[in-house]
Amino acid sequence: MNLHEYQAKKILAAYGIPVPEGRVAGSAEEAVAAAQALGGTLWVVKAQVHAGGRGKAGGVKLARDAEQVRAAAAGMLGKRLVTKQTGPGGLPVERVYVECGSDIERELYLSLTLNRERGRIAVVASAAGGMEIEEVAHDTPEKILSVTVHPASGLEPFQCRQLAFGLGFTLAQIEQFQSIVTGLYRLYLERDASLIEINPLIVTKRGSLVALDAKLDIDANALFRQKDMAALRDPGQEDPMEQRASEHDLNYVSLDGTIACMVNGAGLAMATMDLIKLHGGRPANFLDVGGGATSDRVTAAFKLILSNAQVRAILVNIFGGIVRCDLIADGIINAVKNVGVAVPVVVRLEGTNAPAARARLAASGLAIIAAADLTDAARKVIAAARKAA
Amino acid sequence: MSILVNKRTKVICQGFTGKQGSFHSEQCIAYGTRLVGGVTPGRGGEKHLDLPVFDTVAEAVRATGATASMIYVPAPYAADAILEAADAGIELVVCITEGVPVNDMVKVKATLSGSPTRLIGPNCPGIITPGECKIGIMPGFIHRKGCVGIVSRSGTLTYETVFQTTNNELGQSTCVGIGGDPVRGMNFIDVIELFERDPQTEGIIMVGEIGGSDEEAAAEHIRRYVSKPVVTYIAGVTAPAGKRMGHAGAVIAGGKGTAADKYRALEAARVRTVKSPAELGRAMAELLGKRRAQAAKSAASRASKATQEAWQLLPRPRALRGAGSAAASAPDKVPRKALKKALKKSGKNAAKRSPPGRRTGKPVAAQRGRRSQRARGAARARR
Repeated sequence: MNLHEYQAKKILAAYGIPVPEGRVAGSAEEAVAAAQALGGTLWVVKAQVHAGGRGKAGGVKLARDAEQVRAAAAGMLGKRLVTKQTGPGGLPVERVYVECGSDIERELYLSLTLNRERGRIAVVASAAGGMEIEEVAHDTPEKILSVTVHPASGLEPFQCRQLAFGLGFTLAQIEQFQSIVTGLYRLYLERDASLIEINPLIVTKRGSLVALDAKLDIDANALFRQKDMAALRDPGQEDPMEQRASEHDLNYVSLDGTIACMVNGAGLAMATMDLIKLHGGRPANFLDVGGGATSDRVTAAFKLILSNAQVRAILVNIFGGIVRCDLIADGIINAVKNVGVAVPVVVRLEGTNAPAARARLAASGLAIIAAADLTDAARKVIAAARKAA
Repeated sequence: MSILVNKRTKVICQGFTGKQGSFHSEQCIAYGTRLVGGVTPGRGGEKHLDLPVFDTVAEAVRATGATASMIYVPAPYAADAILEAADAGIELVVCITEGVPVNDMVKVKATLSGSPTRLIGPNCPGIITPGECKIGIMPGFIHRKGCVGIVSRSGTLTYETVFQTTNNELGQSTCVGIGGDPVRGMNFIDVIELFERDPQTEGIIMVGEIGGSDEEAAAEHIRRYVSKPVVTYIAGVTAPAGKRMGHAGAVIAGGKGTAADKYRALEAARVRTVKSPAELGRAMAELLGKRRAQAAKSAASRASKATQEAWQLLPRPRALRGAGSAAASAPDKVPRKALKKALKKSGKNAAKRSPPGRRTGKPVAAQRGRRSQRARGAARARR
């Protein structure tokens, strides 16, 4: 689960990480009032969206007086911000964050995330801050410093020093850096983070370290014990289709093709998308109806799929293991009748009671195209989509 | 033979009396798994599914001698259940539970490293040796005893693979679903290493997916240490970056973990890949068919060559030798040892011997793998 920058910074501050003073605003007037309350002569107005790359997309503006603050906020609020990470539709800007400007001496990069190979939390730092870390890693991997933390011993001071000397800090800064990294590690564990990214971590002209930007992601699996983190969720930043899917316990991801898929199991769902692509079609979505695949879920899934106007055909691919295929067939028949599916539906059912299921689909009198196997299913649905287009 | 579990494996279930635990325990018993009891804290002393219930895993192990455990405990308590099983000396822990917090698994992984306990999962379908032992939620009836070892990160995609290898009559030695989470117990390499050493397993199918770099690591391992044919498929060629595709571990982060990267690594390691999941069974059948034909041919040719060599070393009758020739200098001193060795090489023995390594022509690579395994075992024992 992603958090907004303003939410993340509040949590960071609670863990003793220095962040610029700032206030969140929902309107241009509020933004001006925030700037005045903060005082000073330089402010930064930042669009609050769940995506990086805001600076280049016009989502971060400097302002030197109240009028500039108002103009910057008005230019962002109520619009959609398109960055490199948002996709072409962009994300809605409902709030801006107004911060005091900082005088920057150096920009660095600091993050904590899971190192999957080691199965441990890694602290990653780089002197090349303010840039996309993936690019730094690709072009100049020697500039990336990293340590992994043993969960029993925790983050050791020597690991902090290792990073700090690598970044070229002064002794006074090393102390600050150690306190920042230790605080972040504690936050990571206590709040069940999956990513904390400070890009940039700056050294001010006076020589102190400040987290100028902050990205904080929380492990969705841990929300049951992170109630106050769960409360920070902003559904406005989520794809409405994906949101509706999660209400029905369906795993859904929007794609830009014309062939909708409904599959049980995440791996098979991905494989089904791949198969459609391999045979020359374009998948409209990833959809895992889960192991249960009850009639209700199948109905909800059909409704979800059909709310995408681009869909020209549907491929249902179910490998019934513990669930019986004939029951799933009933679910499909009911859903097609109730929902009023107007596009062709190709069904491939395999597993427990599959022959009975195929017989039921055939006897239903509905225009359901039965497929014999995976390849046959892909070919048939692509042909059906072409005909319907 | 098979790997990890067989008909003698005694299994307990943690989360035994819950809905999931009860349902799947029944299914496993019906399949023939030697389920000997279960654990639900606070229900010790009761009977469930005609089997004893214990309060702790330690008690269950003491009373039943179980060496494997399957876990259906809800996600908030799953890590604790894994650690309890390991502490009680369970050799194989299979955690089916989905949605375990990643930080919990980081702790579990560190605690288990260096312990003799092996963990499969979490968020996995489990493990099955067809006809002998099923620990997990897979539909038993699609399996068939045979020669293909299957290892996969996905559930239903494993079933798909099983189904294909059952239909083309290869069957499976053991199938292991290692799970879709970013931090998990056994990995591709751990399972492939066991398959390589298992005589029943003739070929290995690995089903990977986007996210992480375990498939890349496996590719390198296969290139260096595996002599058996391997077929791989990677799901998620069409997956967009940054999106979590159902599995917590299936996300392309920062341009890393793409299916294209994984295919490239596998192909660079000269592992057979298929781009369609529907081709897995056929590709395996093809490789095994070729290999079996080759093995038969080379065994036959080796046998005849060895016979010829042995024949030449035999003392020839004097009449055949040129009278008074120089050969008389060492006529009857047949090097007995060499003769014995040559004769041993010929005949049935040669046919029995395993065929040469796939690419190197020498099984050296495989032996290296075995040695490293032994060394590791020794290191473990020392601890």
